[in-house]
Amino acid sequence: MLIKTDHSGFDHAVPSDITPQGVYQQRRNLIKLMATGAAGATIASWAGREAMAQAVTKPGKLAALPGAKSGVAGAVTMEKVTDYKDVTSYNNFYEFGTDKSDPAKNAHTLVTKPWTVAIEGLVKQPRTYAIEDLIKLSAQEERIYRLRCVEGWSMVIPWVGYSLAELIKKVEPLGNAKYVEFITQADPKTMPFVGSRVLDWPYVEALRMDEAMHPLTLLSFGMYGEVLPNQSGAPVRLVVPWKYGFKSGKSIVKIRFTDKEPRTAWNKAAASEYGFYSNVNPAVDHPRWSQATERRIGEDGLFAKKRKTLMFNGYEAQVGQLYAGMDLKKFY
Amino acid sequence: MKKLLLHPAAKPATFIVCLLPFIWLFYSALTNQLGANPAEALIRATGDWTLRFLCIVLAVTPLRVISNTPALARFRRMLGLFVYFYVLVHLLSYSWFDMGFDVADIVRDIIKRPFILVGFAAFLLLTPLAATSFNAAIRRLGAKRWQMLHKLVYLIAGLGLLHFFWMRSGKNDFAEVAVYAAIVAALLGWRVWQRWGRRKHPAAPGPATATRLQ
Repeated sequence: MLIKTDHSGFDHAVPSDITPQGVYQQRRNLIKLMATGAAGATIASWAGREAMAQAVTKPGKLAALPGAKSGVAGAVTMEKVTDYKDVTSYNNFYEFGTDKSDPAKNAHTLVTKPWTVAIEGLVKQPRTYAIEDLIKLSAQEERIYRLRCVEGWSMVIPWVGYSLAELIKKVEPLGNAKYVEFITQADPKTMPFVGSRVLDWPYVEALRMDEAMHPLTLLSFGMYGEVLPNQSGAPVRLVVPWKYGFKSGKSIVKIRFTDKEPRTAWNKAAASEYGFYSNVNPAVDHPRWSQATERRIGEDGLFAKKRKTLMFNGYEAQVGQLYAGMDLKKFY
Repeated sequence: MKKLLLHPAAKPATFIVCLLPFIWLFYSALTNQLGANPAEALIRATGDWTLRFLCIVLAVTPLRVISNTPALARFRRMLGLFVYFYVLVHLLSYSWFDMGFDVADIVRDIIKRPFILVGFAAFLLLTPLAATSFNAAIRRLGAKRWQMLHKLVYLIAGLGLLHFFWMRSGKNDFAEVAVYAAIVAALLGWRVWQRWGRRKHPAAPGPATATRLQ
């Protein structure tokens, strides 16, 4: 029997599993009615209270970047959002040092203006976007995702961005494009640890085309209603919530469409420890530690037991079908 | 300097200074100043302090001989016990804050992470040294056997370094490991050099004469 405890986290069900489509579409029509003021004031205030519960406080540190509430299934978790202070002071961004406090100390040197993102490889419309144009390519949405680091800790972060699929559709990949490669900034002048021997620079990550096209895969420009701070991957980064954090490349400068599975940074450094897929999976341990549990930063106190890690970081209902029939122990 | 070392307050003062890292960590934990992941911060800091005290205690004899300050030997036992104190807090922090005292989880974790096994072995080996640190134990064992037993500290230092090296190998980050390894290598190298030198000049005072000053 499955017994839920406080530590088992929030398990998402697909709304359609619970509510017949016809019914929830009626509800959506009702919400539309309310938005136009056609519905009664009582219901409107109830809807307003729901919206308040999801409101994320802006830290007031950087330029505002508002995002509309996302309609993508699973895109807004109800879990407690991690403190901005913790999210911006506990980072893995090796270009600025290997200690988790290093990026917050060192990333101020990163120059994010001007910034361009080149779209290359097997696409009909290769082009270079100025960051200002890329931000405007599609409507910004707020997505509250769980982030699970391969090291065994997790956070809940309100990102701002849009589905990477919006960009992919615009640049029209060719039929033989099977993978999308994300090449991140590697400038030794502004990133003090580029050149250290820890990893092969630039940091490269990649997804299979169907993973990249999944609506949950987010091209993110902001968090907590503001633009991304440098240590979190300004000005543009990827967020793939069902994979370990390192799959979500920071400060992206190039997106390349290829027909072969790209070699990714951590895979090159230790292929037996970091696979291409790196989906969050409590049943497949890292060779050197267990992945069955995680510590939620800022929430699970010193004396709390770690909480159970969920399959695909709790996004199984949304992304499980991408891996149907695959041996996830082999393709870790 | 010698007067200062022989001052009645010298030992209590050293005791308090050695306890400062612990007090600071304890205070930081209480006031939530250990950053985003306090459990990890505590485990790492107590591990660092274990290694630091190990280096300090291994430096006592070389310093005493080089500076010809026999009074330094008075502090060796206390410093050695602080190594044990910090490793004990390190082990407790790991088993409590990381593992929630779940023995089955700890066993699974040790199998998964051999570097923890190495660290645990170093702790086990350090236990008889701490347990025989009082005068009666030295008398009962006899100085020779007691000395033999306490030579285990060299093996413990090696295991401690391996534990740290292995832990850091996940991030290919060996800068700090290299610093500790260099210090331990210098301190142990000095002892090897002393032995070799003593054979050539039998009159030179070696570490063996020093322990009698305890």
